[in-house]
Formats: sequence, C-alpha cells, structure tokens
Amino acid sequence: MSETVVFIGKVIVLIGVFFDLLGAIGLVRLPDVYNRLQASTKCVTLGTCLILFGVFLMSGFLWKALLAIAFVALSGPTAAHAISHAAHKAGVKLWEKSVVDRYQEDKKEAKES
Amino acid sequence: MIPRLPLVFFIPLIVSCFLCLYRVFRGPTSADRIVAVDILGILVVGFCALFVVYTPREYFMDIAIAWTLLGFIGALTLAKYLEGKRFDE
Repeated sequence: MSETVVFIGKVIVLIGVFFDLLGAIGLVRLPDVYNRLQASTKCVTLGTCLILFGVFLMSGFLWKALLAIAFVALSGPTAAHAISHAAHKAGVKLWEKSVVDRYQEDKKEAKES
Repeated sequence: MIPRLPLVFFIPLIVSCFLCLYRVFRGPTSADRIVAVDILGILVVGFCALFVVYTPREYFMDIAIAWTLLGFIGALTLAKYLEGKRFDE
C-alpha cells in the first residue's frame, strides 16, 4: 500500500517537473511580456502545486505540503495579475501582431464618458 | 531509510532556473525581469519541496511556505514600483 502511494507521488512529481520546464521554455520563447506572463505563470503554478502534492504523498502525508499548495495557488495568479496591470500602466508595448487590447479600449471609453 | 537524490526530478528544474536567469539577463523591459524573478521564486518552492523527501530535514517545507509568501510580497512591491514609472523602449 505504502509503496503504491509513493509510486503515485513520484509520477505526480514527474508531471509537475515537466510542467515547470514547459513554463520556463514559454518564458524564453514567447514574444512579449503578456504572452510570457500568460504561459509561464500558469504552467509553473500548476507544476509546483503538482510537485507539492507528490511530495505530500511521498513524505507520509506531511500536512504542511497542503498548506503550501494553498499559498502557491492563491499567490501565483494574483501576483501575475498585478504585474500585468502594472506593465500595461507603465506603457509596455504589446507584440506588433497582437490583435486585440481590451484594457486599452476600456480606458478610452472611460476617458470619453 | 533515505533514498538517493534522483536526478530525473532535479535536472528539468535546474534547466528551468537557468532559462529564467536568461530572461532576467536579456529581458528587454523591466516587466520581463520582474516576471522572471517571480517565476524563479515559485521554482525554488518546488526545489524546497523535493528536498523534504530526499533529505531527513522536514523544515524545508516551512522554508517553502515562507518563500512563497515573501515572493508574493516581493512581486507585488515590484509591480507597484513599476506602475509609477514609464518604461518606453
């Protein structure tokens, strides 16, 4: 029983590490700040949550791992949202092939009305 | 009984950290660097979690929780700092 749980934990950790690697590749390969933020934050948050859950299974149900999952899952997307908002306000340009910028349109409407 | 450190878990994480450092070094705008530092903080949490299993020290999980919260506060601070400035390239 215990060995089965440890093996499942190892598989989950392996999936999480793979997601982390994909997020870091997206951070390097994509063209502008918003694309990089989109790819890397979501992949790395999910990957780290999976690593922590695998460690929870492998380490004999250490309850602090679940607490760490809650903190990572709450704080990662919040920080990403704050950074993207700040980058848009600071005037970082979008990629030239981007098709839509809803936040800019909202700002224009708020100015006109 | 402590199992050996399996490199198959650690090598992709180390490669990810170096990719983040590349983005910190090359990033054309400050926002890129802030994103990369945030991601690097979350990757370090994964490292700490794996060290809990492969060393006899369980306090690495406490370090992981503290690192999560400090990284979150740091990212928010850098975002607020970025908001007040213009970074035209």
